Amino acid sequence: MKILSFLLLAVVTLPSFAKDDTVNIYSFRQAFLIEPILQQFTEQTGIKTKVVFAEKGLIERIKREGKYSPADVVLTSNFSKLLQLSDENLTQAFNHADINANIPAHFRDQNGHWVALTKRIRNIYAAKTRVASPFTLSYEDLAKPEFKGKICTRSGKHPYNLGLVASMIAHHGEAQTKTWLLAVKENLARKPQGNDRAQVKAISEGLCDVSLGNSYYFGKMITDPAQKAWADSVHIIYPNQQNRGAHVNVSGAAVAKHAPNKQNAIKLIAFLASEQAQQAYSSLNFEYPVNPQVKPADLVASWGEFKEDTLPLTKVAENRSAALKLIDGVKFDL
Amino acid sequence: MSSVSQTNVQQQTGKSLVASLFSACKQLKKIHVSTLLLALILAAPLISISIEAFAPNSDTFAHIQQTVLADYVINTCLLALGVSILVISIGVPLAWLIAICDFRFKGFFQWALVLPLAMPAYIVAYTYTDLFDYAGPIQTNLRNWFGWQSATDYYFFDIRSLPGAIIVLALVLYPYVYLMVRAGFLEQQANLTHVARTMGYSPTKCFFKVSVPVARNAIIASTALVLMESIADFATVKYFAVSTLTTAIYDTWLGYYDLAAAAKLSIIMVAGIFILLYFERLQNGKKQTHNDAKLSAQKLVYQLNKKQSFAAFCFCSLILLVSFVAPLIILADYAIDYFSQAWNDKLLQFTLNSLIIAALTAIIAIVFSLLLNFSLRIKPNKLHKSSLKVASSGYAIPGTVMAIGVLIPLAFLDNQINALAESLNLSAPGLLLSGSFIAIVLAHSIRFIAIANKGIEASYSKVSPSLDMVAKTMGQTSFNIFRKVHFALIRKSVLVAGLLIFVESMKELPAALLLRPFDYQTLPTYVFQYASTEQLEIAALGAIIIVVVGLIPLIVINRSIEKN
Repeated sequence: MKILSFLLLAVVTLPSFAKDDTVNIYSFRQAFLIEPILQQFTEQTGIKTKVVFAEKGLIERIKREGKYSPADVVLTSNFSKLLQLSDENLTQAFNHADINANIPAHFRDQNGHWVALTKRIRNIYAAKTRVASPFTLSYEDLAKPEFKGKICTRSGKHPYNLGLVASMIAHHGEAQTKTWLLAVKENLARKPQGNDRAQVKAISEGLCDVSLGNSYYFGKMITDPAQKAWADSVHIIYPNQQNRGAHVNVSGAAVAKHAPNKQNAIKLIAFLASEQAQQAYSSLNFEYPVNPQVKPADLVASWGEFKEDTLPLTKVAENRSAALKLIDGVKFDL
Repeated sequence: MSSVSQTNVQQQTGKSLVASLFSACKQLKKIHVSTLLLALILAAPLISISIEAFAPNSDTFAHIQQTVLADYVINTCLLALGVSILVISIGVPLAWLIAICDFRFKGFFQWALVLPLAMPAYIVAYTYTDLFDYAGPIQTNLRNWFGWQSATDYYFFDIRSLPGAIIVLALVLYPYVYLMVRAGFLEQQANLTHVARTMGYSPTKCFFKVSVPVARNAIIASTALVLMESIADFATVKYFAVSTLTTAIYDTWLGYYDLAAAAKLSIIMVAGIFILLYFERLQNGKKQTHNDAKLSAQKLVYQLNKKQSFAAFCFCSLILLVSFVAPLIILADYAIDYFSQAWNDKLLQFTLNSLIIAALTAIIAIVFSLLLNFSLRIKPNKLHKSSLKVASSGYAIPGTVMAIGVLIPLAFLDNQINALAESLNLSAPGLLLSGSFIAIVLAHSIRFIAIANKGIEASYSKVSPSLDMVAKTMGQTSFNIFRKVHFALIRKSVLVAGLLIFVESMKELPAALLLRPFDYQTLPTYVFQYASTEQLEIAALGAIIIVVVGLIPLIVINRSIEKN
């Protein structure tokens, strides 16, 4: 009986969301990655942050919670999730002079439903000793027969690879991309598995020579004593520098449609776009700031200047579904 | 005078008989209604998902069917088949050795062999990947000994593969077979073994000719549980890059944004499970025997000779080593090295959260299962039979899909509650059910109630119906029959099932991940957040706590079976 009454008490006291001094965050990004930045936000504004982190099903949760959803801000780790949120009518427009000043227009939704917060590059990692002229590599080169049995990658269907394949479709069309995918699959050293860091580890072990991986993982490996040796065995390559430039994806934020603390939500996003937070993103997570006033952290900057693919992210998103079908079609992961 | 009092007594008993019959009828009705309600609650996720499945969908399903579905189905079947074969060939011999034979250190193995059940399969997968990887100690040492330079110089099996997944899942799931079949062997009337011995059967011959055929029900029932668990697994196969039907479900839902097609696939999977369960029941129905509470006191054991004893010892040690000791040592190694980074005050809070969820899950699942089984017992109609079947289907639904299935009706209810409050000019209370730990408990209860149903049903089938009749003629109400007769006879299997559910709930990840409230962590979500970013070192301490907390109930389970 005691347990029951405790439970009842817990149920009654649990829903204390709608307080003025909090902002509720639904995050697709690991909570502990953004925690230090959120702490800075609380110190500065006195607004407390509450986080639910989940990789899967968060959008469904917001959708089903409907009008009474406690979510104020949604943080995503890639562009397609931002678009899915606004496509499914789960976000609302917001406008803030500081945000507009800090984030260039092409990194903001035309209708004001979302903003990008950080950029990440889809890099090629190449074994230092085993790849001839690695710095001129392009994504297209991965299909060349010289890389037979030498490529490692995570699942083709992971959002990061999906974005890359979608951009290939935007540039070359479906038929050509399919040929490319088939050739890359032929070149794989092993079935797609693990995450981006695991591929660099595999290069350091000699299992393969090149892999695909996001830029910030390089920083994470360099600063982790247990993983530094992996990073030391590879060059970080910015592909397609001779032509269109390297593929870019973004992480971002949106204000939930039924946000109970909308003003706090906007304050948080404005803070995340500010120089202070943008610097923290770069120095703590090794990402590229979207705020043009903020220079990348020294370590990130040391990887060199590079040319970015200017293909609009909406084009990438348009081809996402076609990319997924191609990847299943060539049985890339099997 | 005496005849008058006799009629009085007769009248009184007549009256009380009528009264008790009447109240029994009322209770029956109540039970009937509550059973329906229960079945509805338990089926709510399945119903929600079925409704989703009928939503108009795009060409996703057709596309998957044309491209990868066949491979996924084949992989799923191979996985299920492989795990089943392996758990039977590990679990049944172990059960027999411990139940029927006598050899050195048997007392130790008897309980130790249950322990792998406390290991989450994904943790074993992580540790074994670290162990067998190219950079792991085994391959590194091999390279040093033989002077190999790189991966191209030698062949080494790839742990991240279908066979790898089969082995890992079998290693943590075999205890189900071991536990249930051992109980089956212990319940076998000892004179069977005795007859076999007098006929000069060797231990091996007795095993194949007598023990195994008689324990068939337990073997099939436990393997069915293992089968459902391995089909629903996502974390292990995902980590090992094996694409199964669960992969297809997640891809269609989260990749193609097509919940309808994902729901269709889930329904197909559940239908497959129903067919399997149907065959299992068919098997069970053939050989239903009621033990009339007459257990032979004397236990006959084969005293193994020295060679046999040594072989038995080696077999038990090997299984224990690979399924439990080795992963635990790897975890302990990490936990010690990274203790200062991993230890924080919050870890205690997470442990408490997990304990509360696991305990509530066990209690709720047991109460629900008892009610379902009891109503089937006193009124064995089709409705009650199908209630029980539907209630068991949750085990085969992958965790995240189950989470969505729980979220849909709870969020709907929450919205109704809030709308009602607003219409009454009260302030909206917010989301009370979805996104609370109640949602997690409910998801776990529905997923794991199959374990209780299996155990309690099997135990119930051994309680002779003649006992009910006797009790009824003695004027006992249905509730009393349940309390005084049934529960007294099945309470051990109730305890075992409750503890198993507790252990499973301690390990379960996906529902907590999706349904949890703000800033709320359980041990598995804590472990997952590090393990998924290749930081098993920091996750190890949390993983060890999961295992240690699971050990205690497992040892209790083992004791209670032995006392039988």
